Amino acid sequence: MASPMPTPTHRVKRRRLDLSPPPHLNDLADELLFLILDRAAAHDPRALKSFSLVSRACHAAESRHRRVLRPFRPDLLPAALARYPALSRLDLSLCPRLPDAALAALPAAPSVSAVDLSRSRGFGAAGLAALVAACPNLTDLDLSNGLDLGDAAAAEVAKARRLQRLSLSRCKRITDMGLGCIAVGCPDLRELSLKWCIGVTHLGLDLLALKCNKLNILDLSYTMIVKKCFPAIMKLQSLQVLLLVGCNGIDDDALTSLDQECSKSLQVLDMSNYYNVTHVGVLSIVKAMPNLLELNLSYCSPVTPSMSSSFEMIHKLQTLKLDGCQFMDDGLKSIGKSCVSLRELSLSKCSGVTDTDLSFVVPRLKNLLKLDVTCCRKITDVSLAAITTSCPSLISLRMESCSLVSSKGLQLIGRRCTHLEELDLTDTDLDDEGLKALSGCSKLSSLKIGICLRITDEGLRHVSKSCPDLRDIDLYRSGAISDEGVTHIAQGCPMLESINLSYCTKLTDCSLRSLSKCIKLNTLEIRGCPMVSSAGLSEIATGCRLLSKLDIKKCFEINDMGMIFLSQFSHNLRQINLSYCSVTDIGLISLSSICGLQNMTIVHLAGVTPNGLIAALMVCGLRKVKLHEAFKSMVPSHMLKVVEARGCLFQWINKPYQVAVEPCDVWKQQSQDLLVQ
Amino acid sequence: MASNATRNTDPDQQGVRFSSTDQPPCFARPGQSFPAFPPLFGVQSSSLYLPDDIEAKIGNQFESNPSPNNPTMDWDPQAMLSNLSFLEQKIKQVKDIVQSMSNRESQVAGGSSEAQAKQQLVTADLTCIIIQLISTAGSLLPSMKNPISSNPALRHLSNTLCAPMILGTNCNLRPSANDEATIPDISKTHDYEELMNSLNTTQAESDEMMNCQNPCGGEGSEPIPMEDHDVKESDDGGERENLPPGSYVVLQLEKEEILAPHTHFCLICGKGFKRDANLRMHMRGHGDEYKTAAALAKPSKDSSSESAPVTRYSCPYVGCKRNKEHKKFQPLKTILCVKNHYKRSHCDKSYTCSRCNTKKFSVIADLKTHEKHCGRDKWLCSCGTTFSRKDKLFGHVALFQGHTPALPMDDIKVTGASEQPQGSEAMNTMVGSAGYNFPGSSSDDIPNLDMKMADDPRYFSPLSFDPCFGGLDDFTRPGFDISENPFSFLPSGSCSFGQQNGDS
Repeated sequence: MASPMPTPTHRVKRRRLDLSPPPHLNDLADELLFLILDRAAAHDPRALKSFSLVSRACHAAESRHRRVLRPFRPDLLPAALARYPALSRLDLSLCPRLPDAALAALPAAPSVSAVDLSRSRGFGAAGLAALVAACPNLTDLDLSNGLDLGDAAAAEVAKARRLQRLSLSRCKRITDMGLGCIAVGCPDLRELSLKWCIGVTHLGLDLLALKCNKLNILDLSYTMIVKKCFPAIMKLQSLQVLLLVGCNGIDDDALTSLDQECSKSLQVLDMSNYYNVTHVGVLSIVKAMPNLLELNLSYCSPVTPSMSSSFEMIHKLQTLKLDGCQFMDDGLKSIGKSCVSLRELSLSKCSGVTDTDLSFVVPRLKNLLKLDVTCCRKITDVSLAAITTSCPSLISLRMESCSLVSSKGLQLIGRRCTHLEELDLTDTDLDDEGLKALSGCSKLSSLKIGICLRITDEGLRHVSKSCPDLRDIDLYRSGAISDEGVTHIAQGCPMLESINLSYCTKLTDCSLRSLSKCIKLNTLEIRGCPMVSSAGLSEIATGCRLLSKLDIKKCFEINDMGMIFLSQFSHNLRQINLSYCSVTDIGLISLSSICGLQNMTIVHLAGVTPNGLIAALMVCGLRKVKLHEAFKSMVPSHMLKVVEARGCLFQWINKPYQVAVEPCDVWKQQSQDLLVQ
Repeated sequence: MASNATRNTDPDQQGVRFSSTDQPPCFARPGQSFPAFPPLFGVQSSSLYLPDDIEAKIGNQFESNPSPNNPTMDWDPQAMLSNLSFLEQKIKQVKDIVQSMSNRESQVAGGSSEAQAKQQLVTADLTCIIIQLISTAGSLLPSMKNPISSNPALRHLSNTLCAPMILGTNCNLRPSANDEATIPDISKTHDYEELMNSLNTTQAESDEMMNCQNPCGGEGSEPIPMEDHDVKESDDGGERENLPPGSYVVLQLEKEEILAPHTHFCLICGKGFKRDANLRMHMRGHGDEYKTAAALAKPSKDSSSESAPVTRYSCPYVGCKRNKEHKKFQPLKTILCVKNHYKRSHCDKSYTCSRCNTKKFSVIADLKTHEKHCGRDKWLCSCGTTFSRKDKLFGHVALFQGHTPALPMDDIKVTGASEQPQGSEAMNTMVGSAGYNFPGSSSDDIPNLDMKMADDPRYFSPLSFDPCFGGLDDFTRPGFDISENPFSFLPSGSCSFGQQNGDS
């Protein structure tokens, strides 16, 4: 680790050395061995593969140990299941194309209890029948995004008698018939998601409520449910979580019908995106569900004092989300009076939140841990002073775009709220002094300070010293920072998983070289850093082997060489944006050898020809590709169809070619001007 | 509307309209009513003229009509007497005319066009006389204290007689309004009908008279089958009516006539036609009154109810209860009833339901009704019980342990078919030859392909297919065949491409 430039061969050698004294695996009890393997896997998931390659015994031990399998190729499933007898979770999210035949070939796998098919397509009722037959102990099944699954598929799912968790999100073709089959067939169901199942009506829900009385979590978001469905929902005696986002069939009238009902078990209710529910409906909800812990009324009707005071009836309320609501008169103030037990308050994008309101409310919420005042643009230092003095135990504070708060005010955050784990100060007046003040926040794990033009390397040095647990840092458009600052962060925050350095135009390969030491890094965004080249990217590729998301749009210096390194080392890469890079066909084709790559954005890639593009697309098993519209006519359409047939979605972009990157201050000024308008 | 109708039925106006057509004014100025006819009628022509007092009365009646409480209409024994004598006189006149006509006919047996023209004129005269007869007779009734115009029967009659003239110009005269007005006066109508019947009997010997009566009777109060032929009868004849035998005319159509694909039927002889125009041409053969422009025009809803002999129909199938020979004969109300009854009871059931392949029908409308509830709408439980309504099925499933909603078999069949479409070889070789296809996925590539194509609306156009992909449409067809789609009942927004695609 100490060597400045660890080459791949060097690292492999080291691992071999570690393991080379052949352990007498037979002497070790499986339990102990598994503990060791768990540790190893937690440190670096790839360690298990290395381990299994050591010897036959290691291979066998690793086979016995493995619980989760995420295969790339569905055709190898029979062999894989045979190898891992203790497998409990089968995650097929890397198989975009999963034909019925692949599922039909599954051998009996009694150990498998969870299967994730949410990102696969191409299978139908026949495949599900085979799956259910092969996995008799299936308890957990995710069929989200099964747009082409219908009632026949649901009827097959219903044969999995032990099913406890089932997601049918976006299975839009499922109707009451399918739901009825599932309700009758899976009496142990605990969690069910019917999000976007627009064919489901009260008939199906009635049956569900009757047959599956153990249901804990029910998601009915974006369905067509109406008033008639409430009796069924309220009949579920153990229902704890109810998600009803965007059900436009529900209005005040429907909610007032709840007056006779009462659910003691319900703890979480999400009713965001209702336009036709007023304080009358809210009052009915509050009466019917007295034990709520979490209530989400985001993007609903204006919050009036009467609505806020009705929250008083939910004594235990801990989380209240009112994002995007408009506060009338003293609506916010009455929340301070009625919801004293609140731990989390979300007021993001609310209009009508003023200093007087907020400094009235916050001191009354003694238990507040999380506060979100994103885009409450009227608040100033007065509010911030009240927040920081009365809630010193805050663990999350989000105040993006609170532009009236001064840099002095922001210093209060670091001084007083030392328990902060998450801080969002994007687009504020934060400066190095503010960052210096954060030195007390040693638990900080997420720091978002994008579009804060005044921060420099000095500020980052303070952060790196004081926040060793930092996992996520956003430095978007921090134009003043240079390689030095990034190096500080990379050295001080070894746990770093995600970093955004987009449009930090001063950065060079040195930054990437230092970041390559953060071996946990999985997300790297260096969009619009024109001085970064393939050399830097190759450092990242070899160092950050867990990299899964990479944005190198407008990194004009990055060419095929970088891609070759990525294809060689970044086997975990899932998503990449290559627009405006100097990558040609060669780079693209080598990139396509990464099995797990799912999303690719290739717009304005001057060096790529239609032939190279189609060759690359034919090789990788992509799920989604963004391409420039010009390619649509250049690439033979039957080739596109073949690619589509293999599970890939095309998205055609038609943006003008624009190389120039605006300086950060100009950009910020423009965005501020837009706000004034 | 009602006031409008009243205005339109104003006999005064009708009188004017009447006179404005090919017939000379006969009410307003009877003295000059038939200037063209005297040479023809000789002696009789003078007898056509109304006595002045009566004429004046009628004129009065017509003129005074808009004011309902006209005192002159109060019942007067003196007037009654004179009216009665007038009636006698009139009936004699009619007899004379008919007599002369029969003489004339025997003389001009050749049946030249000249004779026909004369006949026509005589008919017109007769019509006029009958109007006068009726109006006078109507005023005789003791119950008839209201102005004539408020007497619906008479109004009807004048309507009918004027109908050919009115029809073209006066379409807003709705029968409904007319009927509404009629309802309070049913008793009077009844009285009047009796009178009319007696009139009919006295004139029964004359063919011409019958023909003349027919236009008023033909478009009688009975619903005309032609107009409501699209109204589906629940049963062959509807519910049993209590018409005493002999109170109606029984028509029996021939089997061929019934089975012919006709929708327009002659109300006189029952002959059927495919087109109404043909029927109208046919009607001319029944009498010259059908030759007028209005009669040849499209029939209007404005058919005044009149004392046509009530017509009922008999089934030609001997032994059938609907056959007139049957002891407990139950007549069929309309021609449509006859058609449906005959097809349902005495014909092969040639229409088979394409969904269940078991139910057969002889009337295509029955098949259509059945298809609405067949197949998809047959809600099925795992125990085999079927329900016509989904909520009933769910109630049943909720009630019994272990029962579960079952999907209809054809659903699954269609699903299976689209999952394993034939002709997928082409695509597989395409995908396979590229070398990137997953082994073992060969049979399954196409539904997905279809899905993806359907995702993009431009692929729906066959144009975008053919040039680039010769053999492709062969195997995409299963995916695109919407008619086989069992999920067409889904909400339209549900998912466009999913519906193309069985249940893969």
